[in-house]
Amino acid sequence: MDNNREFLMRRLHSLLGVIPIGLFLTQHLIVNHFATQGVEEFNRAAHFMANLPFVIFLEIFVIYLPLMYHAFYGLYIAFTAKNNPGHYSYLRNMLFVAQRYTGIFLVVFIAWHIFETRFQVAIGAAEADFSMMENILSNPFMFVFYILGVVSATFHLANGLWSFFVTWGITVSAKAQRYSTYFTLLVFIVLTIIGIRALFAFV
Amino acid sequence: MGEAAKTVIFEIERQNSTDDSSYWEKFELPYRANMNVISALMEIRRNPVNMDGKRTTPVNWDMNCLEEVCGACSMVINGKARQSCTALVDKLEQPIRLQPMKTFPVVRDLIVDRSRMFDSLKKVKAWVPIDGTHDLGEGPRMPERKRQWAYELSKCMTCGVCLEACPNVNDKSDFIGAAPLSQVRLMNAHPSGAMNRDERLNAIMGEGGLADCGNSQNCVESCPKGIPLTTSIAALNRDATIQMFRNFFGSDHMVD
Repeated sequence: MDNNREFLMRRLHSLLGVIPIGLFLTQHLIVNHFATQGVEEFNRAAHFMANLPFVIFLEIFVIYLPLMYHAFYGLYIAFTAKNNPGHYSYLRNMLFVAQRYTGIFLVVFIAWHIFETRFQVAIGAAEADFSMMENILSNPFMFVFYILGVVSATFHLANGLWSFFVTWGITVSAKAQRYSTYFTLLVFIVLTIIGIRALFAFV
Repeated sequence: MGEAAKTVIFEIERQNSTDDSSYWEKFELPYRANMNVISALMEIRRNPVNMDGKRTTPVNWDMNCLEEVCGACSMVINGKARQSCTALVDKLEQPIRLQPMKTFPVVRDLIVDRSRMFDSLKKVKAWVPIDGTHDLGEGPRMPERKRQWAYELSKCMTCGVCLEACPNVNDKSDFIGAAPLSQVRLMNAHPSGAMNRDERLNAIMGEGGLADCGNSQNCVESCPKGIPLTTSIAALNRDATIQMFRNFFGSDHMVD
């Protein structure tokens, strides 16, 4: 048991989920929320984000690399579990299962989302603005897909944040872990409202 | 009497040896007041006739203390892992389904081989080394209140229920499970044991160790001794975080 590579990889997986991915997701949903204030406001915010200095490096080091590591190592973690929510239907076990299912769904959703938006912009086939999202979300199937994507992402972040606190030894006692459940539930609710409100602003 | 005599129905997942495939067999036994799963299994052993009226081999199971302190009689009863000695028939839904804890290799019927837990205890050095080339004398004193707290952790009987309940302990992973991890916390809390705390922490920071915990917390819900396993795991996570930085940035002495 001298080899601690797995330990470091799991810790890195936990860390990257919160910093930077969790922070990026929060920022992303808040910027999207400009859509509720109208086309102009959203386009201004999107334009600002798209024209940040060194944006390609920000994207690579803050988003793509951490996200890919988290996604692929996460798939390995998800598929090494033998879920047993039937006989052991305790809250934490249900959340454990949900964390794995939302994770797998998010790999599909985010891959599609990046292909449909950022990749299209990169190849010059589209421009990242209000009408792009309006177009995508006018399809009822895609609208549901995006709702599921946003809820999965906010859940996965909030529940992952709870695990992060345990994994790094911040919440040790049962009491601390219970209050952490309330806190992360609040994070889930707030981020979900922000995310869903933005989606509805496009239709 | 008029009424038919009350009976109890058991469905048992059986297996002749480790490599054989399993099969289900049903038994119907006369009800007796206050019977538990063990007394029912003893009744089957006395009269090994299944529900089809066919004579069969007696069902094999493991037992020892019969008072929930040895852990030997652990099995999966109606889907949940627990000790069969304290599983009262009156409190169980019928038919009562008995299965071996298949997280471990099945030896025969309900008997499993729990050696992997004992191997894990060796891997994580779950003992206090007190041997020297000379008399080491008395160790440091342990505060009484700490001893009382540590006593709760020492109740672990290596029964394997926490491993059986854990979704991350399975044939696809090397995870050692909650029981040996909690023993590391116990040994590290001991004033003499603490002299080797870094060795145990580094052991559980290896393959199949602490990092494989996915926080499903089934272990703490299932532990028959009520050991705060998830608190132990989180406390070890904190110690491992410090140990990790200490290993990299730290000083040249690892213990305090």
